[in-house]
Amino acid sequence: MVMLDYYFRLGLRSLRRNPMLTALMVMAIGFGVAASMTTYSVFRAVSGNPIPDKSARLFTPQIDGWGPQQNLQNNEPGEALGYIDAMALMTAHKARRQTVLYKVQLSVIPGGNRDLPLNANGYAVTSDFFTMFEVPFRYGGGWSTRDDDARASGIVISDVLNQKLFGGADSVGRTLDLGGHDYQIVGVTSHWNPRPRFYDLFSTNGFGKEPDIYMVFNRAMDLEMRPGGRNSCRGSLSYTTWQEYLQSNCVWITPWVELDSPAEVAGYRRFLTNYAAEQQHAGRFNWAPNVRLRDVMQWMDYEQVVPPESRISLAVALGFFLICLVNTIGLLLAKFMRRAGEIGVRRALGATRGEIYTQYLIEAGTVGLAGGLLGLLFTAIGVAGVGVLFRPEIAKLAKLDPSLVALTFAVAIVATVLAAFYPAWRAARVQPAWQLKSS
Amino acid sequence: MKLHPMIAALRRHKAGVVLIALQIALTLAIVCNAVFIIGQRIERVNRPTGLVEDNLMLVTQSWVGAPSGDQPGDVEKLDSLLQADLAALRAMPDVESVVPINSLPLLNSSWTGSVALKPGSDLRAGNARSVYYFGDEHLLKTLGLKLVAGRGFTAADVRNRGFRDSGTPAVIIVTKALADKLYPKGDALGKAIYLDGGSSPSTIIGEVERLQAPSTGSWVNGFLWNATIEPFRLNANFSRYAIRTKPGRLQAVMHAVPDVLYGVSRMRVLDDDSVKSFAQIRQEAYRSDVGMAILMGVVCLILLGVTAAGIVGLTSFWVGQRHRQIGVRRALGARKIDILHYFQMENLLISGAGALIGLGLAIGLNMLLMKHFEMDRLPVLYVLAGIVAVMALGQGAVFAPARRASNVPPVVATRSA
Repeated sequence: MVMLDYYFRLGLRSLRRNPMLTALMVMAIGFGVAASMTTYSVFRAVSGNPIPDKSARLFTPQIDGWGPQQNLQNNEPGEALGYIDAMALMTAHKARRQTVLYKVQLSVIPGGNRDLPLNANGYAVTSDFFTMFEVPFRYGGGWSTRDDDARASGIVISDVLNQKLFGGADSVGRTLDLGGHDYQIVGVTSHWNPRPRFYDLFSTNGFGKEPDIYMVFNRAMDLEMRPGGRNSCRGSLSYTTWQEYLQSNCVWITPWVELDSPAEVAGYRRFLTNYAAEQQHAGRFNWAPNVRLRDVMQWMDYEQVVPPESRISLAVALGFFLICLVNTIGLLLAKFMRRAGEIGVRRALGATRGEIYTQYLIEAGTVGLAGGLLGLLFTAIGVAGVGVLFRPEIAKLAKLDPSLVALTFAVAIVATVLAAFYPAWRAARVQPAWQLKSS
Repeated sequence: MKLHPMIAALRRHKAGVVLIALQIALTLAIVCNAVFIIGQRIERVNRPTGLVEDNLMLVTQSWVGAPSGDQPGDVEKLDSLLQADLAALRAMPDVESVVPINSLPLLNSSWTGSVALKPGSDLRAGNARSVYYFGDEHLLKTLGLKLVAGRGFTAADVRNRGFRDSGTPAVIIVTKALADKLYPKGDALGKAIYLDGGSSPSTIIGEVERLQAPSTGSWVNGFLWNATIEPFRLNANFSRYAIRTKPGRLQAVMHAVPDVLYGVSRMRVLDDDSVKSFAQIRQEAYRSDVGMAILMGVVCLILLGVTAAGIVGLTSFWVGQRHRQIGVRRALGARKIDILHYFQMENLLISGAGALIGLGLAIGLNMLLMKHFEMDRLPVLYVLAGIVAVMALGQGAVFAPARRASNVPPVVATRSA
């Protein structure tokens, strides 16, 4: 232990000895680490699991309602469901929990001390939405399946909207006029905006603003609310009325089911295939069953949530870091071999190769530590500057949190020590006699 | 100068030689590809949209409590709301012209379909895919599009229709790119074509030189310049207005528009994103392209710096190690310039070997990028320029240590090391 401390102090001393070489190494490591960490911070934010404890149990079913002629690439079915299929899944109720949802755009009619309308965007959902996705509540809660069936006018609002409308007070039980229809507030969520927004990757890129409201799906049907998000249709569009729209092949509803075991998943998959086969039998589909059942991570992967610029910049940063390491190996080699004479003396005085090896690895570690400090500084600058490259809603996600700080140091030190293996080995192989003779 | 002794000497520094060569190779591979990416992004960002972009802005708004458009009579009610807004905007003193429009280039809100020479053909087997712009007789003037054949719309051509209704216009204007695609002989003017597999014809009455699709995504690459302009005011519970202001009055109009619209009716939502200059739209559309170019540029510069620093470091070490040998050579009659050339030649050998490896790596990396990131093939010119650049970098980096070596006095030979 005493020796390690001594080696560490020797390392610090040696850093001061060739300031140019040391500065070059520290800069190279600092830049390399910072570039990698900055891009990684974005990558981590956009590719992270938004609901880690349940992501393997939440699935979104897809049913091919278009046929091989009209499907997406590789015969992938539409990324959402039409009304007929969505309702069929809900009625069959083959999963413990299930919901269907689509984006709605409403506005709060002026009242009280506000004389201008406000946007109120959100989702029409069913009661299980809140339990399935673990929505946290500040006041009240979600609604029951009875409210679903009763096509109730209950509504859940976000705390942001609650702040705007009611100054943050408990507004449960109050009435809200949205677009000329009254709704009863049954719950106010705490801040809840999982990113990526795994539950609606059909209408969003996954990084939108927090929704303002969640309303009863059946109520939205009664009010004939057209989707406020994406709507994807095939063939020439012939619908005009709401009923015709519901019967059309347009897909706009995202379904989710919660399945707890592999057996349940297999069972649900069978159910989907059977359903599609029935539809084929009934003549509604004239193609073989083509269904998908993807869980949260598979769905995010399929929808390519991670922006390409994030992947490409991460790849470039890693390549950059690699070069910085190659550079460090070279410079460490130069630095260590300059002291061949000194090593010779120490070896002649009885130091073992292992001791030399340890000493130089520790010295490299101190270089790594210094590089890490510099890297941390550059990372902070980089994280502040990612807005140049990414959309603001994504750039905001990149943060310099304690785990990133720890990772920056760990990567800098581990990488430098790894880079030092070869130069330290060379140093330990210095022949004492040869060195002593020549000097 | 003989290469043989030099190579023999390099054999004694295998590790250093390999490290420098490797660094040169990796640098070449990354810098070539990075510069190529920068070039592509710059080209993409600089392509003109076909609009006169100065003094142009867009307003997006929605009416609250407006009819949904599904009931009979809704469309006419919505149209009167739209007309009222248009009248108010056109009456603003600093406004030159206004057009109700569904989208603009770079706005990433697209309406696409296909156009064909024959009626009722299958939608996807259409002769050309096209994006649609909908507007009234002020569209060409407001956007600043250049008419190269035929005429623009007149008030008599313009109809209104519900946002979700299907309706085929009697007359359309197309971009020259689309006209040439459909009629390669250049006689598109006056011809009737069929939109979206429909059965009623639309006559081409004008051609504009250029008009880009709204999307900047890769999915429109095949029909980026194919646009069809239809003389419709679209009626929905939201609307967009493109406004051309008098020169230099853009900021004033942007500032005044919300109050003017609220003056018409307060039952509407205008939020932070509602009023945008075209410059803002352009900036948002190309944010990631510009950002990527900057990132690559910074990475390239630092990378070249790091590589140069590495060469300086290792060469300095070699010079220190060979101090005595240099003295001996000098004592035996070598001139300063010989020593300088020795180190320069040595570096040329190493970086030449590195560049050869880097050539392979650059092409490999490019193939990897093409596979995963929709990149094009790296032109050979970039690689050749890259090789010249890294060799020059090596020579630049080696100069200072080599000069120090050449200044070693011959008398060193007589001292014990």
